[in-house]
Amino acid sequence: MEEPIVQYKNIRKSFGDVEVLKGINLDIMPGEKVALIGPSGSGKTTIIRLLMTLEQPTGGIIEVNGENLWLMQNKKNELVEADDKHLRKIRGDIGMVFQHFNLFPHMTILENCMLAPTIVKKKDKADVKKTALEMLDKVGLSDKVDLYPSQLSGGQKQRVAMARALMMRPKVMLFDEVTSALDPELVGEVLEVIRDLAKAGDMAMILVTHEMDFALDIADRVLFLNEGTIEEEGHPTEILVNPKSERLKDFLTRFTNSR
Amino acid sequence: MTWSWDVFINVIPIIFKGLWITVGLTIACYLFAMIFGFFWVFMSRIPWRPVNWLFRWIAEFIRSTPPLVQLFFIYYAWPAIPVIGVTLNPFVAAILGLGIHFSTYTSEVYRSGIESVDKGQWEASTALNLSTAQKWRHIILPQAIPPTIPMLGNYLIIMFKEVPLASTIGVVAMLHLANDYGAQYYKYVEPLTVVALFFLLLSYPSALLIGRLEKKYNRRFDKKTATL
Repeated sequence: MEEPIVQYKNIRKSFGDVEVLKGINLDIMPGEKVALIGPSGSGKTTIIRLLMTLEQPTGGIIEVNGENLWLMQNKKNELVEADDKHLRKIRGDIGMVFQHFNLFPHMTILENCMLAPTIVKKKDKADVKKTALEMLDKVGLSDKVDLYPSQLSGGQKQRVAMARALMMRPKVMLFDEVTSALDPELVGEVLEVIRDLAKAGDMAMILVTHEMDFALDIADRVLFLNEGTIEEEGHPTEILVNPKSERLKDFLTRFTNSR
Repeated sequence: MTWSWDVFINVIPIIFKGLWITVGLTIACYLFAMIFGFFWVFMSRIPWRPVNWLFRWIAEFIRSTPPLVQLFFIYYAWPAIPVIGVTLNPFVAAILGLGIHFSTYTSEVYRSGIESVDKGQWEASTALNLSTAQKWRHIILPQAIPPTIPMLGNYLIIMFKEVPLASTIGVVAMLHLANDYGAQYYKYVEPLTVVALFFLLLSYPSALLIGRLEKKYNRRFDKKTATL
């Protein structure tokens, strides 16, 4: 049987006195597409930020490929807090796309895509450039490569951000409400790219999203988060069409009404 | 007292010799302050409270005491301290004294530049697995420093105007030469006027230049931060 690529084991996270995650258990299989839905403040974004090492859990274990993310063994075989070297090794398998794009404004689109493979993976510059151009072509931006981020629309920026993350060939890609900051008419072009990625297959994807139809369409599994716990999970149709818990029903009604 | 154009003309070449010392000293102090400013930034970012508090406190102390007192301390008091005492030549003492004093200002400028960089830039560089050094070099500093250039330029002018303090510990620059001339011939108005004119001649165009830089960078920065 195949091993999960990511495992959350009883993960807790507090910010000050507020506990936003109250014991999350979650396995992600290689290539699996998981959508996280839930009201704001339910902890969906925190779940993926923990995996990207942007936040540190207050309790529990996260494993990537069976390896503990936040703890490592020192020379005396004791478990100690992970150092930067350990984090960087594991983080290499994970990529992330942000709500607010976070492109590097002082670099062109092409340079944004080339930076990490050249300086982190120390790959040959000419090869990286070739791959970057292919990648930007795939997201439909081959005519924008020499522009700066400030010269692009939101949808175009987000497609660059995806190309940039894909350049590092992650095994797990995290999407943090990637369409929330976009004008409505630009959402489609970004979802289209994600859909293509999902179809291409081998990369696991965790999507925090408010696009229910989209989740229904591409996810293998949908998780409904509420107040820091996974309230309900299952196949998209099961969750979105036949919700069981009252809270999920509530959430979905409110959601359809607000549209 | 009478104004004499003859004295005025005579004194110009004498003061002019000191101009280069003043300019040289300004540049030396400034470079020192620019580089040493990073030292304070670095120290105040050490994630160990006692250390960064200590250095913040020292920087605050230096910033809030007059540079003249610091110059006197370095030149007159330091040599008298047992073991660590060193006698410095006036030029070196001036570079050290004014350089350290102004480095506490440049460090504040750097800090504001660094803090103006969006948090998302740090996060994106983490997500792309950059090392700490790579984040600073490729992402943070290239965005933090350009918008501070006008502010750093202003400090260059301010420093230029503070450099005559060095004459108090015997650096023979414009002011010192003017004073000597005055003492010798009992003529102070003309030489000091020449000193003032030289200062004006250098600092006014620099101020204009910096004003233009400021406009340019503000525009650029606005455009960039509008949306990342």
